[in-house]
Amino acid sequence: MLLLTCPVCGVAADETELAPGGEAHLTRFGPGSDDATFESYLFHRKNPKGVHFERWRHAHGCGKWFHAARDTVTLEVFGTYSAQVTEPPRDILDRIAAKHPGFEWEGGA
Amino acid sequence: MSFRLDTGGRLIDRAAPCRFTFDGAEHAGFAGDTLAAALLANDRMLVGRSFKYHRPRGLIASGAEEPNALVGLGTGGRFEPNQRATMTELFDGLVAESQNRFPSLEFDIGALNARLARFLPAGFYYKTFLWPRAFWKHVYEPVIRQSAGLGRAPTEADPDTYEHFHAHVDVLVVGGGVAGIEAALVAGRAGARVLLVEQAAHWGGRAPVDGGQIDGQSPEEWVKDALQHLEKMENVTLRLRCQAAGVYDHGYVLAHERLTDHAPDAPGPRHRLWKIRAKQIVTATGAIERPLAFPGNDVPGVMLASAVRDYVVNWAVAPGGRTVIVTNNDDAYRTALTLLDAGLTVPAIVDARDTADGPLPQAVRARGVPVRTGMAVVKVKGGKRVTGVGIGPVNGLAMPSEIIACDAVAMSGGWSPVVHLWSHCGGKLTWDERFGMFRPDPDRAPTGADGRPFVVPAGAASGALRSGECLNDAGRAGATAAQAVGFKAEIREKVISDSYENHMEFIWVMPRRAEPAARMKMFLDYQNDVKVSDVQLAAREGYESVEHTKRYTTLGMATDQGKLSNINGLAILADALGEAIPQVGTTTFRPPYTPLTLGAIAGEARGKTFQPLRRTPIHAWHVENGARFEPVAQWHRPYCYPRKGETVADAVGRKVKNTRENVGLLDASTLGKLLVKGPDAGKFLDLVYTNMMSTLKPGRCRYGLMCSENGFLMDDGVVARLTDDSFLCHTTSGGADHIHQHLEEWLQTEWWDLKVHVVNLTEQYAQVAVVGPKARTLLEKLGGDIDLSKDALPFMGWAEGTLGGIPVRVYRISFSGELSFEVAVPAGRGRELWDACLAAGADLGVMPYGTEALHVMRAEKGFIMIGDETDGTVIPQDLGLDWAVSKKKDDFIGKRAQERSHMTDPDRWKLVGLSTLDGSVLPDGAYAVAGGKNANGQRNVQGRVTSTYHSPTLGRGIAMGLVKSGPERMGEVIEFARTDGTTVKARIVSPVFYDPEGEKQNV
Amino acid sequence: MSDAVTALAGARFDGIATIEEAPVQGMVTLRADLTARKVGTAVKTVAGGPVPGPLGWFNAEGRGAAWMSPDELLLFVPHGQAAVAVAALEAALKGLHATAADVSDARAVFRVSGPQAREVLAKLTPADMAPDAFPPGMFRRTRLAQVPVAIGAGEDGFTLVCFRSVAGYVFDLLAGAAAPGSAVGYFPDGA
Ligand SMILES: [Zn+2]
Repeated sequence: MLLLTCPVCGVAADETELAPGGEAHLTRFGPGSDDATFESYLFHRKNPKGVHFERWRHAHGCGKWFHAARDTVTLEVFGTYSAQVTEPPRDILDRIAAKHPGFEWEGGA
Repeated sequence: MSFRLDTGGRLIDRAAPCRFTFDGAEHAGFAGDTLAAALLANDRMLVGRSFKYHRPRGLIASGAEEPNALVGLGTGGRFEPNQRATMTELFDGLVAESQNRFPSLEFDIGALNARLARFLPAGFYYKTFLWPRAFWKHVYEPVIRQSAGLGRAPTEADPDTYEHFHAHVDVLVVGGGVAGIEAALVAGRAGARVLLVEQAAHWGGRAPVDGGQIDGQSPEEWVKDALQHLEKMENVTLRLRCQAAGVYDHGYVLAHERLTDHAPDAPGPRHRLWKIRAKQIVTATGAIERPLAFPGNDVPGVMLASAVRDYVVNWAVAPGGRTVIVTNNDDAYRTALTLLDAGLTVPAIVDARDTADGPLPQAVRARGVPVRTGMAVVKVKGGKRVTGVGIGPVNGLAMPSEIIACDAVAMSGGWSPVVHLWSHCGGKLTWDERFGMFRPDPDRAPTGADGRPFVVPAGAASGALRSGECLNDAGRAGATAAQAVGFKAEIREKVISDSYENHMEFIWVMPRRAEPAARMKMFLDYQNDVKVSDVQLAAREGYESVEHTKRYTTLGMATDQGKLSNINGLAILADALGEAIPQVGTTTFRPPYTPLTLGAIAGEARGKTFQPLRRTPIHAWHVENGARFEPVAQWHRPYCYPRKGETVADAVGRKVKNTRENVGLLDASTLGKLLVKGPDAGKFLDLVYTNMMSTLKPGRCRYGLMCSENGFLMDDGVVARLTDDSFLCHTTSGGADHIHQHLEEWLQTEWWDLKVHVVNLTEQYAQVAVVGPKARTLLEKLGGDIDLSKDALPFMGWAEGTLGGIPVRVYRISFSGELSFEVAVPAGRGRELWDACLAAGADLGVMPYGTEALHVMRAEKGFIMIGDETDGTVIPQDLGLDWAVSKKKDDFIGKRAQERSHMTDPDRWKLVGLSTLDGSVLPDGAYAVAGGKNANGQRNVQGRVTSTYHSPTLGRGIAMGLVKSGPERMGEVIEFARTDGTTVKARIVSPVFYDPEGEKQNV
Repeated sequence: MSDAVTALAGARFDGIATIEEAPVQGMVTLRADLTARKVGTAVKTVAGGPVPGPLGWFNAEGRGAAWMSPDELLLFVPHGQAAVAVAALEAALKGLHATAADVSDARAVFRVSGPQAREVLAKLTPADMAPDAFPPGMFRRTRLAQVPVAIGAGEDGFTLVCFRSVAGYVFDLLAGAAAPGSAVGYFPDGA
């Protein structure tokens, strides 16, 4: 039962107040994209054992989407941040690297 | 025999007698008794039958770990099965019954299983009942069902109430023994918000029974003082009868508080489920004594040594007059002293160790009790109760060299810290070779959202078994927890006097060279009848993983979750595998620690608050007028309004006919209404609808489709352009919230540069559809300032003004094929509009209609319904809706997916009408069969029915369906399978059965 | 608008707390950049006070404003004045990307008061209802059992706003949680 702090309103929200939205930082591919790229965008998702970047919505709250960087094994939350960015903020990446030496963000899909 | 002592009993009030019944027999006890204590006081030694062999079973323990004494409590709707007698507080009028016996506890037919024990070894479920297959249904399953299971479920509704409570604390302390109390004191003094919960009805845990001194006080006095301090602290909340059942991620804990189980007439909820968010959790959950595995260790009268002294000290109940003690450690000697102090006889202490010279054994010897070192209990005499034990050398065979007459046996195989809560969320254990136990590994604690440990074990639960260590360990735990939350904590080291020395010797099988027949009588898991021989057999058959062995033998899988059996079982497995205990490891500890009641889990979610029921502003009228409702998402919508004696089909037919001939009213308030506004609103709607919305003129409406990114049709509805920069988008009734979120998701996470606001106005308006040839007349009778004529308000137009004095917006849209106006008013005036329409339409023959008539009429017109014609795999092109999919737009959600090869496959199943040759109504969901069979031997299919009704207008069955290349096969007759194996023939026709030119709606 | 009715016609329950459906109340949703000066001025005119900060609200004599999200306020105005307020906001915010909508009828409003009001709410919402975590002046959208609600703390109790269609469900929840004999004794009395 996760507890994530919504970066939009500052509430430490109970998991039951949140709606999950899957992997973050996906690049949308629309008309004109080739089959393989589109297939990857539509269906292929990371499922890491470890550091993961996710989308969440403060559904029973301010209603806004946000991003969370989380360890799927230990459930440590490295931080939550705006949904209106295309990559995680530096301070969160630094926090992850401190815990997982050598960690580097692979970039969005 | 067991009996009540004349004096003593720290928890009972001899001035408050209580009467109770057990299996119909009347007994007496005292307030403060547990049911277990009161049963023993009345010499009810036999309290249950085991699960598999139906062996007679008595009490083994005195607390939550009790595996045998499961009883049914109460009567009628308040009956509760599988309650542990050891945790049940006695009250006047308590009714209890034993379980898992037929016809009676004393004489149980199922006990025949015990004679068959050698045919029911580990894995017997898997081995025995495999074949023949047909026997499962008719022989095996009924027999297993009859003989298995514990208590029966109550058959009446539960009259009690239950609730939840959300608490957010700095430090949750679990366990109200001296360790938990000390941890709470330290954390409370530090200023932390503390919640201390204790599963029993009294504070102090074992310490007052086990004796010793804390800072010069007796444990009892110390507990009393400490409680007074805690009660004075505003930042500390104390709860008895409150069992922390599970620790979950990020400091979430469920605790189960039993409020009125012991006082059934008290007002208020019966149970309360605490949903706790704790920044830190201190587990002061104590330790549980382990049984010893000797032959006959399950005969009633064989109990844990600690439980024997609990019964004597707490409730003044003697489990026996002559109690033999069998042990591998010093602790059990306390029991001897307790029994002697109570004037009871201890004929011998059978100690598996070579020597027993600590202060406790010396004290016992000094009182003349023979201590038989190097010896074991190798036989228990008696069936339904102990009459004696045979003893012999601990390293020998199970051959008694001597018989000692006794009526009770107190056994101690050492102690296991209660590590469940520590382990639930990933806390790891370490094997303590000295004390023979798994204890929490402080270096591998469960970690929380910040990556830091959030569970701190305290006292015996952390492995500090000796009371001298226990209390100071707990104080440190309380300080650690408070400091982790940011408080400054002070620890005052306690001076504790205790003579206990734990010098224990591992003895997993007693005696060590017991022959196979004897091992079949050494019970590990009492509730599931798992014996030493079963675990050894599993090992021989190749089960090496402790998790597999658990499932194969069912060791630890009963409702007690193996609280007594886990360590003994895995020690035996390790021995059989020739491995060390830590290498074999434990099974996974999973919540709940003890069972929760379904009532507590459900909380408020029952009866009228089982789930939200959404009512329209006109709901009360529907109820008053006999509507039958159907759930649409969480809305309750009128399905139809049958008259007295009228069938549903007739009522629907009447409504359809009346609407097509006169005028009908539909409560359409549930339709989703989303305001989409902003400079980029048109651009945004072009992206989310498949068709073009930006070209819609203010004052006009357009039917639109929304698809998901993978191309599938998700929702449909009419969009009205209100102004240049604002649109009102209607969604399906079930889709409003979902579509609102869908739009917000794209705005917030993909197109956040677009200037668009979405406001969900679904509930701001009540909406009434006025439908039928006389609809215009009816509305005109209401009076108002809107010109409703065909020219002023044409089909797919909308207008604003007043009708009957109410501000309205009128949309000329139709889902029935008739002349139709949808009138939206502020919800608070919805009923007023409805009543006005009924009054104005009285002489026009107005009749309200429900969702079924709506469905029939839309099906007659060939209009699709989201959820009927669509199921998440259907694209607009499948439904002949290509006209609503823009070819001009560069992009919209779903466009790229609809270009995928599978989506453009000419063989896709597509929408057609279906007309049965015999006029019957096709079964809903029926498949059209094709030639040949598939790989599973099923008939191939070529389509399915998506909507099917009796059309009152046409007087025959009509249907829509998706058929392979359907539109190209007009006129072809195909067959649909019925569930009885027969088929019915239907012709492929146009889905528009009524008014194909659309003349009626455009008048 | 004299004929408008609330969802439950002013239902009331007295238990360990008092639950009352509030009378008809004008409510306006305002979506806009809340930091814009024009928005501040318009809100002050319509609601009688400055734009509240995150998780804040004020409400006095039927006028007020509650923070719903960084670009949304719920404005309270006297009953019957919502349409006027919408028009005033639209006029004042012309040229800005802003949306004002009358939502008076879309919602039901409850008052939860009495010494055990916090406990009654804490039975149903995962939001921390402790006095220091949810002081007067705070407004938080959360969950009440299975439906979304917004809770505003005042000096003399709580205001709870939900969708109109679930007013009956919410009232039944609150009344159940306020049943006599169900006090938890967790928060200091009267907090
Ligand atoms: Zn938020």
